This record gives sequence, C-alpha cells and structure tokens, in this order.
Amino acid sequence: MSRLNDSNVALAREIIARYPKQKSALIPLVHLSQQQNGYVTEEAMRHIAELINVTPAEVYGTASFYEMFRFEPTGKYLINMCGTLSCALLGAKQLLHHAEHTLGIKAGSTTPDGLITLQHAECQAACTEAPTLQVNYRHRFRVTPADFDQLVDDLRAGKLDNEIPPHGTLGRNRQQIPADRAVGAQHPDDVTSGPAWIEIVPAGGE
Amino acid sequence: MSDEPDNDLTNEDDLVAADTAVETIPEPDPNAVAITLNGREIVARKGETIIAAADREGEYIPRFCYHPRMSSVGMCRQCMVEVDTGRGPMLQPSCMITVLPEMKVETNTPMAKRAQEGILELLLINHPLDCPVCDKGGECPLQDQTLSHGPGESRFVEEKRHYEKPIALSEHVLLDRERCILCDRCTRFADEVAGDKLIQFIERGNATQVSTFPDEPFSSYFSGNTVQICPVGALTAKPYRFKARPWDLEQVESTCTSCSVGCRISVHSSRDELLRFQGVDTGADSDSVNWGWMCDRGRFNFESIEAGHRLGVPLVRSEAGLVDTSWNSALELARQLIDGASSIGLLGGARGTNEGAFAWAQLADAVGIAHRDAQLGDGLSAELLGVPRATINQAAAANTVILVGPDLKEELPVLYLRLRDAAVHGHTKIIEFSSQSTGITRYAWRSIRHAPGLGPVEIAKTLADPTIAAQIASGDVVLVAGRSNMAVSEATALAAVQAVLSAVPNATVLPALRRGNVVGALQLGLAPVDVDHDALATLRLAAAGHLDLLVLLGADPINDCPDADLARRAIAGARHVISIDTLPSESTQQADLVFPAAAFAEQRGTTTNLEGRVSRLNQKVTVHGTARPDWMIASELASVLGHDLGFTSIDDVTAAIAATVPAYASATPTAIDSADGVLAVNTGGGLPSVEATEAQPSGYDYRLVVSRKLYDRAVSTTMSPSLAKLPIGAGAHLHPADHDRVGEPDGAEVRLVSASGSVVLPLVSDDTVQRGTIWAPFNQAGADITDIVDSSTAVTDVRIERLT
Repeated sequence: MSRLNDSNVALAREIIARYPKQKSALIPLVHLSQQQNGYVTEEAMRHIAELINVTPAEVYGTASFYEMFRFEPTGKYLINMCGTLSCALLGAKQLLHHAEHTLGIKAGSTTPDGLITLQHAECQAACTEAPTLQVNYRHRFRVTPADFDQLVDDLRAGKLDNEIPPHGTLGRNRQQIPADRAVGAQHPDDVTSGPAWIEIVPAGGE
Repeated sequence: MSDEPDNDLTNEDDLVAADTAVETIPEPDPNAVAITLNGREIVARKGETIIAAADREGEYIPRFCYHPRMSSVGMCRQCMVEVDTGRGPMLQPSCMITVLPEMKVETNTPMAKRAQEGILELLLINHPLDCPVCDKGGECPLQDQTLSHGPGESRFVEEKRHYEKPIALSEHVLLDRERCILCDRCTRFADEVAGDKLIQFIERGNATQVSTFPDEPFSSYFSGNTVQICPVGALTAKPYRFKARPWDLEQVESTCTSCSVGCRISVHSSRDELLRFQGVDTGADSDSVNWGWMCDRGRFNFESIEAGHRLGVPLVRSEAGLVDTSWNSALELARQLIDGASSIGLLGGARGTNEGAFAWAQLADAVGIAHRDAQLGDGLSAELLGVPRATINQAAAANTVILVGPDLKEELPVLYLRLRDAAVHGHTKIIEFSSQSTGITRYAWRSIRHAPGLGPVEIAKTLADPTIAAQIASGDVVLVAGRSNMAVSEATALAAVQAVLSAVPNATVLPALRRGNVVGALQLGLAPVDVDHDALATLRLAAAGHLDLLVLLGADPINDCPDADLARRAIAGARHVISIDTLPSESTQQADLVFPAAAFAEQRGTTTNLEGRVSRLNQKVTVHGTARPDWMIASELASVLGHDLGFTSIDDVTAAIAATVPAYASATPTAIDSADGVLAVNTGGGLPSVEATEAQPSGYDYRLVVSRKLYDRAVSTTMSPSLAKLPIGAGAHLHPADHDRVGEPDGAEVRLVSASGSVVLPLVSDDTVQRGTIWAPFNQAGADITDIVDSSTAVTDVRIERLT
C-alpha cells in the first residue's frame, strides 16, 4: 500500500495539528511517506493532498524541489557517489564504473533485488577524504574498489543493519510535544502584535 | 507671478475666503502620492506599484510576469527601473515596489536600459526562437519587447534546452516547455483567479517547468485564459494551434452569449472562418463584467458554428422526412400554419439578440400569440426581473451575498470568478443555500445544506440566526437568485427567493438565469403573462392536443426542459411545429418546418446580460448558407401575414427598442458602443405571491437533485470537437455512505424509481452530495434523468432498485 498506513495517518494528523496552516505540514508528511515506502509515491502525494486540503499538484510541485525526496522506486540502500572536483581527481569515475560493474546496473538505477540504488552525486563536503560516497546519507571516506565490494557484501549480509537504517528512515526519536508545552499555533492572519522578541515602543512613549 | 491675476478675481476670492477662512485650502487626497516619473511630476495612488502608475501615465515599462489582475511576484525581473527614494538611484523591479512620496523613478536611463537588455538576453538564452513556426509569433510580448527593449544580439552560442514537444496540460491547453520563460502567469491564474491549483512549477531549480500532477490534467473550466495571458508561445490552445498567423486575423469586439454573464470578448477570424475568441479587459477602473476572463465553453464553442452541421436552408417535412425548400415556399407554408392556427405557443428567443427577441415579440403581439416564454420551465419567473437589480460590481462589492440558486461555477462561470474574487480578495461574505457542495462552497462564509425543496420557514430561521443576522445587518446585501434544482418545482424555488427577500427587504437581486440573452428576451416581450401561459403550461396544452402550432425560437425543449417526457409528448401532440434554429437538435428533427437562423458572430445586434447591461454583438463572418437573423425572419413572416413591423435593418429594430421599451430608452447605438454598455432595468412589480407547499416526507429513500454541469448535451457543446468529450455523462451520484448502503460497486447500473417513472443509471460515489439525496447532472449522454421528474410536483423523491 503506498498511501499512508493507519499509524502514519494518526501521526500525520498529530503533525498537522502543530501548524496554524495545514499546508505547512506538507514537507514533514512527504518525509513520513518516504519513510514508509522508501520513496514518495503518487498515491502518497494524493493522500497527503487530501490530508492537508491542497491539490496533488501542489504537493508534487513543492516536494520535487528537494533532492532528497525520490519519486521512483528506490533500494533499501541508496548509494550516492561523489563526482565533484576532489573526488574526480582521485578516481571517482573509475570507482563509479567499478560500482556499476560490481552491482551489474547503471548509475541511476536499482539492483533487481531492490536492495541497492546507485547514483552519481555532487560534492558531499568531505573533499579531504576523497573519494567519498554515502549510503543512505552515511559517509564512507577514501573508498577504494575493494572497500566498495566489501561494503556491498556487508550490506547484502545485513552486517550494517544497526548502523544504516533503510532509505527514507527518519530520526529514531520523533519529536513529542505535550499539549501543555506547545506554544500554541496561531494563524498568521490572526497575529495582531509583533513577535515577542521585538520590543514595541508605544506611540508617544519613551 | 502671484501678482499677475487681475483684482476683480482676487477680490471675489477674498470675499469668499473671508467667510470660510480655513476651509479654502483643499484637503490633500489621502490616496494621492506625488512621485516623479522620468522627470515629470505625477500623482499616483497610495499602495499601487510603480508599473501600475507608469501604465496610467502612458510610460511603458517592459514586463512579462506582471498582470494587473493578479498579484505581483517579481518573477521575470524585466521591469527593472531606477528608483531613488532619497538614497540615490537603485535598480528595482517596478512591479514589486509600491509608490512612496517623493520617489523618483527613471525608466529609460542607461542603467535601466542595460538591466532590461540583460534580462532579455537571459530570457532568450533557452528560448528557441522558433518564431516562424510559433503561433504567438506576431503578437508575442517576448518578440515585441525584444525588438523594443532587447540587446539586439545574443552572446549565447551553446546548445539550447530541448524538451518533448508539446505536452498536454489539459484537453485544450498544450505546453511547449522550451518556450516557457517561467513568468508564473498561468500558475498564478490557476491559483489566484480560478482557484483550481492544478498546475504548478515542478523540479524547481535549474529544470523548473510548469506541470500538472501525473494523470491529473488541468481540467479547469478556465484553462483557456492561461493561453491568452501567456507572454510567449509556451501555452497554445488546441482549437487554434497552427490555424492562422496573427497578422492574418481580423478581429471585432463583441459580447459572449454562451451564458447570461455577457463577457466582453474579441472575435477573431481569418478568411471568413471563426478561429478564436479572447476575453477583453477594458481596464481596471472601467471593466465591470469579466475582467478579461472567459470560461472554456464560451471560448471554444465557436467551433459548433463552423462545424459543418449548421442549418443552411429552410426544411419542410414531407413523406421523405425533412427536405430542403426555398425561403419563399417556407414563408408561405408558415403563413398558412399561423393563419390556420387558433392557438399558438412561442417558446425560446433567449439564444439570440435583443433585436430578434423584440421582433418576435412584436410579431407575437400582431398575430395574438398568448402562450410565450423565453425559458423552458428551467429558470425562474420573469417577475424576478422586477425586483431592484444589482450589478455584478455591486455584488462583488457587497458586504453580504446570499446565494439561492444554481452552482455558479457550472452555470455562470465568470460570475463565479467575480464572486470568488470578492470573497477571497475582497470583504464580501457569501451565504450559500444549497443541497450539495458547489464550486463556491469552499469560499462561502456560511454554506447551508438543506434537503431539496427548501421551505421559506427554514430560510427565515437560518437568516434569523444571530451571527448571520448581524452579518446581514452590517451592510448591503445582494441576493443571487436562480433555480438550483430542476427536480424541484419553480414555485418552490421562487418561494425560497421570496423568503430571503422578505427577511432582507433591502436586498437587491442579481438574477442567475442561464441562457445567453434570457434577460433581454424577457424584458423585451417574450415573458409569459402568467403561470397559465408559461413554457410548462404551453407544453401541457400541446401534450393534451390543444395547441395548433408550436413555434420554437432557438429552443430545444426535449433536451432543455426539466420535464423531458412532457416536452416529447408536447412536440408530438402539437398539431404543427415550426423551429427556427442554427443547429439541428432533437426538436428540429421533429418539426414540420425549420428556418435556418444566423448564429453568433454572423449578425450584428445587442444583448442584455443578467445585470440588464445592454452591449454590442458584432458580425465577423458571413452568414452560413441562406440563414437569416431572427429579427429578419420575424419581419418577413409579419409581412406575408399582412402586418408591417416597420423594420428594414437591424438598426431600425435597435432604435425601435429604445423608442418603445422604457427600460431601454437610453440604449442608443452610441451609448451601447461605449466601453461599459447601458444598463436597462425595468424595476417595479416584484415577485408574485406563491403558495409554498412544504415538501412532505414520503416513503421513498432519497430526494432528487438535478442540476446543470458546464458541459452537457447542448448542441453548441456536442458540436464543438474540443468540448464534445468533456460532459461527465449521466449518472446517479450518491454520498459514499449511501453508496455503501446500496451495496453495488461504483459504475454499476441501478434503477431509480419515482412516482412518475423509472430510469436506469450508473451509480457514482461522490462526497459533494448530501446524505439522503441523489444528485444527477442534467442533460447528459445516457439515460435521461428528467424522465422521472414530474414538473407538477414540488419535489421528486426516488428509491433505488438493484438490477441484479
């Protein structure tokens, strides 16, 4: 099922209630759907649109801006291989070819068993550790072809299950705001005073 | 210089000034802001943008994304000008900066020009420059402004962007993405004006493009407007794509008569063929009707005029069916039929011009036709027009709009746009009474659901609610009144309108009657004298075999009357039927004599919209075949019958209307041709008193709601290829919970049984429908829902029988 499941719908309603405008919950809900399905499905976008009372086009328009939302079936592990300057100088291209050969797929696609998606990426902000890659956004530094093969073997054998959760998984600790601690969502249209941190000098005052 | 004026004048001034010493200094206009524009002192209005002020002053600043009817977004950066607010000149987008006192604006300095040229060079980087094959070439703001404000040449030598050409955003609108300059006009229109947010920018960033959600087309009733406001050739409309070059087009202003809103349009043709209609905006201060917008039905149904199915010669019934005949023999036959008839009914007249309606009313008076009606039992009594009338502007500026009538989005789409705008961007609060969710429901302040057959007691109770009463008392009130449900009798609908008027006596009324010139026809003599002579009475008379001749003036009762069974029996029961129409319909097929009539854009004349605004219809193309305008047919028939109506040209008729109909006294040709038209409102009289019968509970499970969709089986829709696929088809729509209770899958056929008949229709689950009711769209392909509607009962109750 690619719509949000029942427990996620309950969670979605809780998230929506945190915002003065339902629409503000759009991105958290897209995250939630990606956690559930590993990628953002069309059905999920329709479902989110229903939940926050916008059109599916609005959900798609917003979500498609973000690189980390994926709209195609994605493996349990998403491997992003950096190809920007430092990594390129230290053999990123060869490493990508090697990875394609090892996995038997072209960059941008997913292994037939649905385990690994391989793709080219831009700078991962670890240029001193080139060439780098990320598995579900967890860095691996100074990667050699042998390291890559070992990584794939470990992923396949499940040895990294504790370290790397499946693609789309959000933080293990979800924010909980008890009702009595919530600031209280005020609709922007209802705001009459300035923000609390701006001191408003009354007219004619000191 | 101050010493110069002669003493007399100064003395006089002094005398006045002595009495009112202080008051002579005029109060500064609080809304005026003095700014300097290109060295000239001008007075701008508080809160407006520099570009709007410059437009009014005739200083053109190049722009793509700015549109005066939508909010400014500063997407294209083309309108860069130098603005000095005291800190020295700076480049600023003039559509995003509001005027401030003492602001100095320069639009033509070398710096401003360099910015404008730079932006144009940037916009042209990925623009394909395929102008020779682009439909927009010749009328393209990008092309024009590149010539007037562009750099002349580009430094870009790299490969341009390519996309798959074209992709369909909807049934009508095609998108060539490589031409798009991302001005946000179409997406803003969909969001701000139409409220159908079905197109969005996707993949924002380097690959930004306009797109729909996969498999969810831009199926807005207003999609054609995006093509009109696209400043490049990215959006094209299927009916016009590759049909003509702009410099080959001839155009004339006219008024759309697809519904009674009366949108100002321009009609474009080439080589005597209609090619496209566009909305006309006469300006932010002066346009009081459509603001340049149109609905897709009005924009594209001209295809039916050119479709090749038109009636071009008179037809007469013979043993071989309808066969061609000459005008002379047809007129002679008509004379015999009219002379030989002791009772005649005249239905219709709302399709065409004021002149056609007036001439036919004159003819009807001359030969003594007692039964006449421009509506077909699907509207409201013509007395509604005697109640003090509101204009669209007044409705859109009113504090409160009470809506007791049809779904405006389906029947009067541009009125819906105006009221939606009033509710969203203005301060108008809409109180809607409806049996199901409508297009305006999400914008209504209160949307009151009621069972079909709303009683006056319920209305009075609702309007007496303290919050609602306070809102109504807070300012002016406009009642938009029409027929929301054709399975409920006219008397019941009228009683609801009356209940509102007695609760809010100072309310003015905007009649939500649908047909193009229905208000004109009713005001010019085609209104029934009483309920015993209206359309339903006429049809009943004919069905009973007591009518010698039924004249259908552009009317198709079989498809348009809410009691189809009655209409069928009436046409079969009338001894003779004469039909005057543009296109063949089910009713013309059964006529004994058919006169071909001139269609829209084939005749000059005037039309009256629902406000009573008289505006001009202009001819653009030659009349099809030997068809003639309605007024001419009436005039010729009159002369063969021995009456002279005294008309030899359309202008004679227009003049006769102004001379003889008091409401139209000021509707002289010059006044009509002015930008705003003339208001012709015949007030006085007021509503007849109707006995409202409270609908009683019955043994049936559901109460029926029958209302129109924008696209139905109307000939102008079915004979326009672009629109023909859009009607949703007949069905019985139920609330999902009721649908579950029936226990049949979506689309399964069931039998609806009422006291007067039964019909088999597919089930549709629909959450806009209220529980305990069935909603069925009127006049759709498939089984006819009106078979189970009896026009003589207050409401229609039905039960559902499973076929299996």
